[in-house]
Amino acid sequence: MRVALFVTCINDTLYPRTGRAVVSLLRRLGVEAEFPEAQSCCGQPQFNTGYRWETEPLVRRFAAAFAGFDYVVTPSGSCAAMVRDNYPRIGAKAAAEGRGEELTRAAEAVVPRTLELTEFLVDVLGVTDVGAYYPHRVTYHPTCHGLRMLGLGTKPKRLLDAVAGLDLVELPGAQECCGFGGTFSVKNAAVSAAMGADKARHIMGTGAQAVCTVDNSCQLHIGGTLARLGSPVRPVHLAEILASTDKEQW
Amino acid sequence: MSGTYLGMPAFPEAAATATANGRLRANLTHATHTIRDKRAAAVGELTDWAALRAAGAAVKDRTLRHLDHYLTQAEEAVTAAGGTVHWAADAREANRIVTRLVRETGEREVVKVKSMATQEIGLNAALAGAGVRAYETDLAELIVQLGDDLPSHILVPAIHRNRQEIREIFTERMADWGRPAPVGLSDRPGELAEAARLHLREKFLRAKVGISGANFLVAETGTLVVVESEGNGRMCVTLPETLISVVGIEKVVPTWRDLEVYLQLLPRSSTAERMNPYTSTWTGTTDSDGPRAFHLVLLDNGRTDALADTVGRQALRCIRCSACLNVCPVYERAGGHAYGSAYPGPIGAILTPQLRGTTSEVDASLPYASSLCGACYEVCPVAIDIPEVLVHLRERVVQGGPATVRGQRTRLKPAKGHAAERAAMRAARWALDRPGVLRAGQRVAARTRRLHPGRLPGPGRAWTDTREVPAVPAESFRDWWRRTGGREDR
Repeated sequence: MRVALFVTCINDTLYPRTGRAVVSLLRRLGVEAEFPEAQSCCGQPQFNTGYRWETEPLVRRFAAAFAGFDYVVTPSGSCAAMVRDNYPRIGAKAAAEGRGEELTRAAEAVVPRTLELTEFLVDVLGVTDVGAYYPHRVTYHPTCHGLRMLGLGTKPKRLLDAVAGLDLVELPGAQECCGFGGTFSVKNAAVSAAMGADKARHIMGTGAQAVCTVDNSCQLHIGGTLARLGSPVRPVHLAEILASTDKEQW
Repeated sequence: MSGTYLGMPAFPEAAATATANGRLRANLTHATHTIRDKRAAAVGELTDWAALRAAGAAVKDRTLRHLDHYLTQAEEAVTAAGGTVHWAADAREANRIVTRLVRETGEREVVKVKSMATQEIGLNAALAGAGVRAYETDLAELIVQLGDDLPSHILVPAIHRNRQEIREIFTERMADWGRPAPVGLSDRPGELAEAARLHLREKFLRAKVGISGANFLVAETGTLVVVESEGNGRMCVTLPETLISVVGIEKVVPTWRDLEVYLQLLPRSSTAERMNPYTSTWTGTTDSDGPRAFHLVLLDNGRTDALADTVGRQALRCIRCSACLNVCPVYERAGGHAYGSAYPGPIGAILTPQLRGTTSEVDASLPYASSLCGACYEVCPVAIDIPEVLVHLRERVVQGGPATVRGQRTRLKPAKGHAAERAAMRAARWALDRPGVLRAGQRVAARTRRLHPGRLPGPGRAWTDTREVPAVPAESFRDWWRRTGGREDR
């Protein structure tokens, strides 16, 4: 089984720790992930802002970079959803514009093999107890694209429940968006900030030491808001919790 | 808020003002969360909700695909039942038809059933211009009208008001419109409702002309359907001598059997009821019962253009239930007025730019009034993929492209004011399509990381006003992998 890590541009640039945690976790589970260096960004910022034509080269790049792998695993619900939901749409629109089936084929090549990390763990590897140890009080925020576009359901929570030492506390209003939304966070900054403040208030109210998600783009906003409010609650990616053991804390 | 949507600022500015209004925020949060939770419970009772939802989408899609056929069928059935059908290509034509019909009766006042179509075309203002006074009889629409205000919600137009405000509006304004509010009116819901009842009753009994919209138009019999909670609609469609219904062409359903699906989907999604208290249906005219003259005005006003768009047309499935508004975190904070049209919330953000186009500043900003969280799509009883349409319309704004405007295929130019963003997106794509350039950029950012300011200038300020900037790590993942081959654990 050849597994590629799609680390995502945000993790690559701002949260390399998350990518390293995925590599470490998968290795512990017997999977040697590869990192094709030709990868860059799934194109979500361009696509979701309306620049579909600017997204097309990135679709081609994604398909080429990950050709030949059985699975493309990514620690981001949002980027996985971009590939699975929107790549076929980009292909279909290009075809409708008379530009052939090339992008549709590129989409078809990667869509069935691209999985968010918790899907790969639970559905492919069939594990929920990954042997992790994380002795902290943690609350979980289900990020929107993982929750609603991928339908991750209880997978992340089942993985968290199996972590030794972890005290999982319920987050009120968990399914409400944190307000990030990519360029929404600057285009509609006031509403985005208001949503972020409410999310931060709910998180702080749980008494958790860390807030866990499967998306560091949302954490950029949640963590940035918590920090501005002077909260000590740490944003942490699920991969880092799952990579942690009694010998090594991420 | 004065009674017009004209000249509204773009969504971000209007939303920022609304977000800063503590009382409005409190009213909206309380109201939307209450309805949201009730809806979830009402929908949860049905084990076949997913199948109903799929049927609701499929019936509408089929009807829209053959809309010409069903509209003609409806016209024949209405005519055969003694009604008169009028076709209005746009708001101006619809207003002209209705105004003429009212004038022909010689009346100077009409009573109105709550109707989105007549809000959309600005009928009340058009009637006022012709010297006809239109009285809104839905409780919330009455509050809005008395307050010289605009509706901010499809189902609950006065959702932005609390009962203290309503008491004030009734006390100060009812006398200008008819029977004054009772002396010593309190803000108890029962007393407020009784004041409205007394005020409206004399209008129902006096009015010779009623104006309504319709939730559905059943093509096989030419039957119009209005669902409501208060009974004012029943008064308006039965008491007056003349009834004029203004109905969007997408409201048609082929048969009563199809209607059954929506009579299950709509009340649970909108008011969280198993069945709405009043379902009124009328077919043409009936001797010695109800209106003696019935006119149906079928309204296009951009709907055919939307229908020509393969992605955007799903918005025409909408049954105006408001579930998407009630669950939307952006609507909850921005309020309905920020959307600058009769259709607020997620559905408004995809409907208005299709009906009105994307040339005005507010219309071009609407597709961006969403974090794309997808909660709206999840609750939509006719499965409109609102995020998909939002992104599709964002494309239309910044890229331009093919669209149908007033029945003509045309190629839209990109909207103005996106030059800097377009350049940035292009530059980002250029760098992201060259991992070597991306790596170089990451290294510069890493090397200069101690110098990064905590507060950014220009567009970055929108981020750092309320959020910290993340620290840039000393080494990107890409560089770590190249250095270690992924072999180094912590």
